[in-house]
This record gives sequence, structure tokens and C-alpha cells, in this order.
Amino acid sequence: MHGRNTSTRRRFLRLAGSTAVIGALPIVSLRPVEATPETMATAIRAVVGGALVQTGKVKLDIPPLVENGNTVPMTVSVASPMTANDHVKSIHVFNEKNPQPNLGNFFLGPRAGRAQVSTRVRLADSQKITAIAHLSDGSFWSVTAEVVVTLAACTEEVI
Amino acid sequence: MAAALINVPKKAKRGDVIEIKTLMSHIMETGYRHTTSGKIVPRDIITSFACRYNGEEIFRADLFPATAANPFISFFTIATESGKFDFEWIGDNGFSETAAASIIVE
Repeated sequence: MHGRNTSTRRRFLRLAGSTAVIGALPIVSLRPVEATPETMATAIRAVVGGALVQTGKVKLDIPPLVENGNTVPMTVSVASPMTANDHVKSIHVFNEKNPQPNLGNFFLGPRAGRAQVSTRVRLADSQKITAIAHLSDGSFWSVTAEVVVTLAACTEEVI
Repeated sequence: MAAALINVPKKAKRGDVIEIKTLMSHIMETGYRHTTSGKIVPRDIITSFACRYNGEEIFRADLFPATAANPFISFFTIATESGKFDFEWIGDNGFSETAAASIIVE
């Protein structure tokens, strides 16, 4: 008798627990769909096509520990002589966990003199950032940096 | 009324690599935020930025909701001749702003 009582209590608790989870679900689904490493890979493929992306040449300056994800300073530079025959055509920056996989596309040319771009971005979570440079000879070079974000951007509620 | 901040050296030697810094005041509403009542705040961002040096485009950028409010962009160019830099920002809801800066190249 006593045993059965415990089991119903357990069953009740389990039921209550699962209802609580179901109840919590709509709140979770209110959050926008996150970009995933897969969507980042898709976004990268949209830029590079089937080309091989090599590691190197690109430098990504971004703080490894970010307190406020709403404004994160970021500088991308590429080792390139920036001549008419050998220059950086574009720089593309991607992220894993923002609602969208793109952080920015920057198009430059031999007139830039130096392949370096700075901007400020939003980061919704601790994640990996990848910068890819497209060179005039058609090759792609990349670098990846890991960033830890304390206060996330993008998804907070407006008061 | 949006306002742009531009930083271009007034003078440069021919062939110098100069840095150009730009900032446009804009809310850059991501479209992913909700009000407390659950309504989505519609997206309102700048989607593209371009810089022309005496009419020729030298730099262009695609912006996304991931660009922080009041987009700051800095880049480099070679000072080739005296003249004018034209900057243009285009965005959602018909947003379009321009700014200009002149340079003397010796």
C-alpha cells in the first residue's frame, strides 16, 4: 500500500515535471532560430563555392573575452602586397551562433593599399568567428577565432 | 536626422596609404528582438555602405543585423590625387544617407 502511494506520487511528479517542460516550450520557441555551425558552413559555401579554403594569411583581431556582445570591435587584416596582380578582392566574416551566419562582407581592391577592415559587431553567444579572404588569384584564405561572450546581443527583450 | 562622422586626413603625400574612418548613426534594429508582449520589433538596418574616390568605387560593404548600432567602418586607400571621397549608406525603409570629404594630395 505504502509502496503504491510512493509510486503514484512519483508518477505525479514525473507528470508534473513533463507538463512544466511542455509549458516552458513556447517560451523557448519565442527565441529566434540560431545559426548553427551547419548554416555557417552553408553561408561559407555560398561565398567560396567549391573552392578550397586554406588556413593562413588572414588575421582576425577580436577580444577573446567580451563583456557586452552588443558592440564587439573587430579588425580583419590580410597579408597581401595589394598590387594590381596580387590583391585581396573581398573579406567575409561569419559566425556560428547569431540568428544569421553573416557578420559582414567587405569588398576592396588594389587601390586599398592595405587589406585591413575594422568594424563593430554584435555577438549573441560565445562562439567561433571565421574570416575568409578572397584573393585576386582566386584562392581563399581563412582564420578562426574563439570568443567568449558574457552579455549576449540581438535577442534581449525591448522594454 | 541621421548624422555621419567621417575621418579622412586633410592632406597626404602621393602614394601614402591613408585610413578612412566612418560612423553613421543608426539604430540597426535586428528584427530578432521582442517586446515584453511578444511582438517582434521589425528589422531596420543599413544594408550597404560604399565609398567612392573621385567617382571610382574603392570600398564597399554589406551589413547585416550583426553589425552593431551606429555602424563604424574603417578601411584604407592609397592617396592618388586631390579630390573628394563620397560615402553612401543605404538601408531598410528607404534609408539613404550620403557624406563627403575632400583631400589634398601633394
